[in-house]
Amino acid sequence: MAKVFTRLGGWFTDRAPGLMPMYRKHLTEYYAPKNFNFMYFFGSLAILVLVNQIVTGIFLAMFYNPSAHEVIPGISQAFASVQYIMRDVQWGWLIRYMHTTGASMFFIVIYFHMFRGLMYGSYKKPRELVWLLGMLIFLALMAEAFMGYVLPWGNMSYWGAKVIVSLFSAVPWIGDTLVTWIMGNFIPGDATLNRFFSLHVIALPLVLLLLVVLHLAALHEVGSNNPDGVDVKHGPKGNRFGPDVPKDGIPFHPYYTVKDLMGVGVFLLVCAFIVLLVPHMGGWFIEHDNFTPANSLVTPSAIKPVWYFTPFYAILRTIPDKGLGVLAMALSILVLFFTPWLDRGKVKSIRYRGLLYKVVLTLFAIAFVVLGLIGAEVVPHIVTSIGGPDADIVFWQHFIGWICIAIYFGFFAFLWVYTYFGFETTKLVPERVTTHD
Amino acid sequence: MTKRILVCLALSVGLLFGAMSAQAAEESVPLMESGANIRDQASLQRGAKLFMNYCAGCHSLHFMRYSRIAKDLGLTKQQVMENLNFTGGRFHDPVVSAMPIDGAQQWFGKAPPDLSLIVGVRGSDWVYTYLNSFYIDPSRPVGWNNTLLKNAAMPNVLWELQGIQVPVMGLPEGAKEAEAKGKKVKPVVVDLKLAQPGRLTPAQYHQATSDITAFLEYVSEPAALQRRSIAPWVLLYLAAFSFLAWLLKREYWKDVH
Repeated sequence: MAKVFTRLGGWFTDRAPGLMPMYRKHLTEYYAPKNFNFMYFFGSLAILVLVNQIVTGIFLAMFYNPSAHEVIPGISQAFASVQYIMRDVQWGWLIRYMHTTGASMFFIVIYFHMFRGLMYGSYKKPRELVWLLGMLIFLALMAEAFMGYVLPWGNMSYWGAKVIVSLFSAVPWIGDTLVTWIMGNFIPGDATLNRFFSLHVIALPLVLLLLVVLHLAALHEVGSNNPDGVDVKHGPKGNRFGPDVPKDGIPFHPYYTVKDLMGVGVFLLVCAFIVLLVPHMGGWFIEHDNFTPANSLVTPSAIKPVWYFTPFYAILRTIPDKGLGVLAMALSILVLFFTPWLDRGKVKSIRYRGLLYKVVLTLFAIAFVVLGLIGAEVVPHIVTSIGGPDADIVFWQHFIGWICIAIYFGFFAFLWVYTYFGFETTKLVPERVTTHD
Repeated sequence: MTKRILVCLALSVGLLFGAMSAQAAEESVPLMESGANIRDQASLQRGAKLFMNYCAGCHSLHFMRYSRIAKDLGLTKQQVMENLNFTGGRFHDPVVSAMPIDGAQQWFGKAPPDLSLIVGVRGSDWVYTYLNSFYIDPSRPVGWNNTLLKNAAMPNVLWELQGIQVPVMGLPEGAKEAEAKGKKVKPVVVDLKLAQPGRLTPAQYHQATSDITAFLEYVSEPAALQRRSIAPWVLLYLAAFSFLAWLLKREYWKDVH
């Protein structure tokens, strides 16, 4: 049997001589630093979730019907087809919950992955391109998630689509025309649903896949960073894998494939728990108002996006002027693209950076989460539970919101000042990663 | 440092979960606990019977087939068609009320909503509280009102079972302070009192409405029965898988120092 496989393998490599070198370059002879920690699981988990979304998405698209036409009084074909998947399609509920849970988990994983980048300076030279491609993936993912959220054509889908697409009306001169052009109608309708479906299942997944390939290719060109921020590729060389191999590098396969397999197991355990026991996550993964069919005459009690957009949405809402709010929201994402050039510090890892960097990064993370709570309309409940029923909700919401916005943008401004003018006192970065014998 | 950051992240997640539970309590009237349990098949059967007798005349369940009810509730086709099907639908048809929509709109001012997903929208405690919050109110067109859903268009169709509740009027919370500031405070319904008992005792009525709630919770997501029953096995399998993967990782990493 083994002989057959060897011969079969030979048959392929004779005809495609590039296959084995590629396999070696990206897996068996891709030398990753051996000191990856917990935060380094999220890259491979992101790929896992992406594959999950594509596979479950293929099956959902076999039964989902992107039509806003009414089939039952007050209920569209799209909404009915989602319930068809949930009830009549064998295991349809499982496929759909895997998809909805996957969407939220994708953002959890990506937020951890991005935060890892900030912690260990993974965006710094020579990995700026890796970071930029990653940011593009994040943008594409946001578009993909937004359009996917519209497809069930529940009332939150409808009003979410309306509010988010209306943001484009803030574009000078052509704003209103742009909104009509995007929706294909003056209000979200059948045309909107059809094009969002098309973009969600074809255009954006293709873009995402291409970007992921480029992201990985760019990474493997320069090599992985690590929690010490030590450049193993240009450090001492030679270990039992070869004389030219970075001393602290180990082949990605099998070392990190088996390690990531363990991460995959634990991650799937968490996901299965959600899918099988709390698929709605108390209204955070699947919102209560989306069980009501789309209705252009009745607005949900509170129009808010799903949790993963709420930090950005809070920036929009806190700023009273619509144009400025949209601008600030766009900037809050755009500024991340420039992180590699705002941070002029040479030391990568938070382990050896100045104390103030640790402080502002922690504040930044807290501000991001609190903005998320504001955008999710949770803050009023917290305010009343702390300050009693007479607490001034609007005041506190805006007060906290402004502080968080200041911290969010202040982080980047501070980062530039701190590093450009050399205020940062860093610790000595070791020659090699700290975990070696 | 990494550990400290991870602690911060864990705390943030904790805060988020705290906020999640905070969000649940946003009703004006405190919700009662439904006690609905969709794994209690007898309760589901009683709930189905009550629903078909008292609710299905006006409310449809467009996404629920009689045949699926039979399968999930452990009933035969004959039992369902003879005891639960009053809409004239066939066995594989969904539960669609015979009430014409246009007429309903005229009679009640609002067509009775489809209840297939009502528990998904409102939650089971809301449904249970709603069914227990009707009171007599001559100022309303149908003579009934509801403390949870103010000026509900629906009359209390279960009044024969529950009896008739009358409102106990009183001043709302913080009324004295408002009056001190010179504002006029209108009395509101602060409690409900059973003025005329129904066929069921209050405890029996609570059970009956809990059964209806359980049935509607099941109807909102029939798959819940299936997913909960496979959950322990899937989780056990994945735990075992993770454990083996950890052993494998440990074995492979033995020579990495």
